[in-house]
Amino acid sequence: MSEDKRIDEPTGTDFVGHEWDGIEELNTPLPRWWLWTFYLTVIWSLVYVVLYPAWPLISGATAGTLGWTSRGQLESEMQAAQQQRAPILAALAQTPLEDLPANRQLMATAIEGGKAAFKVHCVQCHGSGADGIRPGSGYPNLNDDDWLWGGSMSEIQYTLEHGIRSPDHEDTRFSQMPAFGEILSASEIDAVTSHTLNLAGEGPANATGAQLYEQNCTICHGTTGQGDRSQGAPNLTDAIWLFGGSRDDIRTTIVNSRQGVMPRWNDKLDPVTIKMLTAYVWSLGGGEQSARPDATQAATDGGSSDAGSE
Amino acid sequence: MDRLVFRAGGWLLLGLLALLAAAAAADSGFAIHMVIAALACMIAVWVTASKADYGAMARGILKTPADESRYDDDPIRWGVIATVFWGMAGFLAGLFIALQLVFPVLNLNLEYTTFGRLRPLHTSAVIFAFGGNALIATSFYIVQRTCRARLAFPGLARFVFWGYQLFIVLAATGYLLGITGGKEYAEPEWYVDLWLTIVWVAYLAVFVGTIVKRKEPHIYVANWFFLSFIITIAMLHIVNNLAVPASFLGSKSYSAFAGVQDALTQWWYGHNAVGFFLTAGFLAMMYYFVPKQAERPVYSYRLSIIHFWSLIFLYIWAGPHHLHYTALPDWAQTLGMVFSVMLWMPSWGGMINGLMTLNGAWDKIRTDPIIRMMVLSLAFYGMSTFEGPMMSIKAVNSLSHYTDWTIGHVHSGALGWNGMITFAALYYLVPRLWGRKRLYSLRMVNWHFWFATLGIVFYAASMWVAGITQGLMWREYGTDGYLVNSFVDTVVALQPMYLVRALGGALYLAGAVIMVINIWKTIAGSPLREEKPMTETPHNEEADRPIVAVPAE
Repeated sequence: MSEDKRIDEPTGTDFVGHEWDGIEELNTPLPRWWLWTFYLTVIWSLVYVVLYPAWPLISGATAGTLGWTSRGQLESEMQAAQQQRAPILAALAQTPLEDLPANRQLMATAIEGGKAAFKVHCVQCHGSGADGIRPGSGYPNLNDDDWLWGGSMSEIQYTLEHGIRSPDHEDTRFSQMPAFGEILSASEIDAVTSHTLNLAGEGPANATGAQLYEQNCTICHGTTGQGDRSQGAPNLTDAIWLFGGSRDDIRTTIVNSRQGVMPRWNDKLDPVTIKMLTAYVWSLGGGEQSARPDATQAATDGGSSDAGSE
Repeated sequence: MDRLVFRAGGWLLLGLLALLAAAAAADSGFAIHMVIAALACMIAVWVTASKADYGAMARGILKTPADESRYDDDPIRWGVIATVFWGMAGFLAGLFIALQLVFPVLNLNLEYTTFGRLRPLHTSAVIFAFGGNALIATSFYIVQRTCRARLAFPGLARFVFWGYQLFIVLAATGYLLGITGGKEYAEPEWYVDLWLTIVWVAYLAVFVGTIVKRKEPHIYVANWFFLSFIITIAMLHIVNNLAVPASFLGSKSYSAFAGVQDALTQWWYGHNAVGFFLTAGFLAMMYYFVPKQAERPVYSYRLSIIHFWSLIFLYIWAGPHHLHYTALPDWAQTLGMVFSVMLWMPSWGGMINGLMTLNGAWDKIRTDPIIRMMVLSLAFYGMSTFEGPMMSIKAVNSLSHYTDWTIGHVHSGALGWNGMITFAALYYLVPRLWGRKRLYSLRMVNWHFWFATLGIVFYAASMWVAGITQGLMWREYGTDGYLVNSFVDTVVALQPMYLVRALGGALYLAGAVIMVINIWKTIAGSPLREEKPMTETPHNEEADRPIVAVPAE
């Protein structure tokens, strides 16, 4: 270019000499800090690809001089975590379930572990607060002292191990209420619904309903509606409703019957994890001491007289 | 005349074929799309036939083509309007899905309005509809000016514009109907991909054709970036979307790749969509509009060469950093990471060249709101291109990956860099394209600037906090060695941040509404708003012309 020594006034830099639609370019050299930082990142990268797996070969790749692999890192981290937990897990495995609450420190650890496992395996149905997500969701609230199958540690553990109506499992807890829509007429079902509400102290007495209850329901739910834990029959007097307590909800339950399912966990979790989950669920507020409170006692107020909650 | 019959007949035939395909479609989504395609063809027939009566045919017979002494700006004017329109649609969709994350009831319990369908609508609308139209329009504007030549193949240029709008409509309706290829940022199904391929090749032809007929000895740096953007996007688009349709009359297809190969192809595409669409393409815009608006020479020619070549060479390898700690082999993760780290300075080269171009005109940041937007845009470009390499480092990535930090990172780039440079370009273009003295209001540009800036600050800050909170909560172990938080605990913790993010989005949208009013009034030719003056860059109407070869007498 003929004008190669033309200088840009404000910067004192010379022009390159090109021009496009009025745009010109200055002949500024590369900023040194920019260039050296660029070199530095390149050098850092060169070092890194020697230290770590980097260059693909025909089969596999260079391993890197540090011998690092992502799988190896995971394995060592998991091992370290396992080692940290090993003594506690061993102690938990050796301690019988009944002796656990007495050992306060071990119990606290078990509850912590159960809480973590609960967040992974149980919150999907029981909710992150173990409250069954909302009343009437069909998933039991584990914070109260209302237990379908019993609230002692051994009973909770059995429920965890074998589930409720867990498919294709012989030892699972199982109960079946008939669908009374196929047995009773619509008006009869209305009457039983009224009586059921009455049992919970939520409605006026209904003579027809009481009579139908007497004929159809007492075998499982008991004469006073106190329920029977040996067969998982709910207590109808406590005004706690697994599938909702409105008149419509209760009517639907009587017509169709409900068959909630909890999967068994003894094929998915190891015994110590189940033990920790047991301790956690038991600790939530409604855990009971004795293995089986007798039915009459439970009838008074959902078994609160012997509840393990402080 | 023959040409006319041939063209109109061709569109008619295509339209009939589309109708037949609609009738024989294997699923309702495909049928709807074919009806849309048929409608588009019918419009093309009508336009072809009606145009012929007046301008085009007469000119064809008289051999006097359109005013050769002016640039071919029609598709650019349409592009400006399309950019504004799709931008508003995309911002609105973004705000809506941000609110959905705070108030799930806004999913409306309809399949069409669930987050899962609206999210790709938002991303595609802002990247491809807003960003894409901005890129096509500005590239047509810049390539003509810097080559001092009219667009090559004007008919094809119009096809590119309308064909691209059809692509957007097909993609957007597809998302709402649940038609998706399932690849992030490449969701459209096989037939829409094929259509885009045709449009894109036409785009390449127009762009390269114009460069070939240039009247300038050298090719300006903006055009290098545009060219790298067009070519690389073509390559990425074709390879990533290789798929086998389940039926040639249906909307479902299956990717040609499987497993980790598919994931790697996807992120090779996904990252370079950022690199070549949102970086290279927008750097091209920056390289023209910043020196024009500042009326200053580009800071360093040498830097532009070095950072261009290092940027496009390094970017293409960085994709695997999206797959750290996955089934992707360690060596590929390493390479993805080191190329990302080396990319830091080449990316910053663009920022330096943009900012330092203001040498000798720094006062304009105070007085010229458009320059202010450009500077903020470059600042966010610099921030995101530092943050990106940092997040690609494995130790950082193990905390940031899968968290809202990534969302914050993307939006500081998208809202800050892409959005602001596009707004600045639109403000530069509108008065010049419509022959107005200046914008309706420069003070309103200033208002737009502050709304958008505040919006970005709220957005990015809330997502940084949310992302780091999330990452730390996920990895939090108690003293007994058990995880402390469940996933839903983190969701509860993030909810306030999600609300702040939505507020940021609303501010950004409010700024864009001010822009719509300003641009609308400018195009409509309203009398200029009475306000205290700010610096404006004069436009030399006479100089804004192609060099026309004068035939020897």
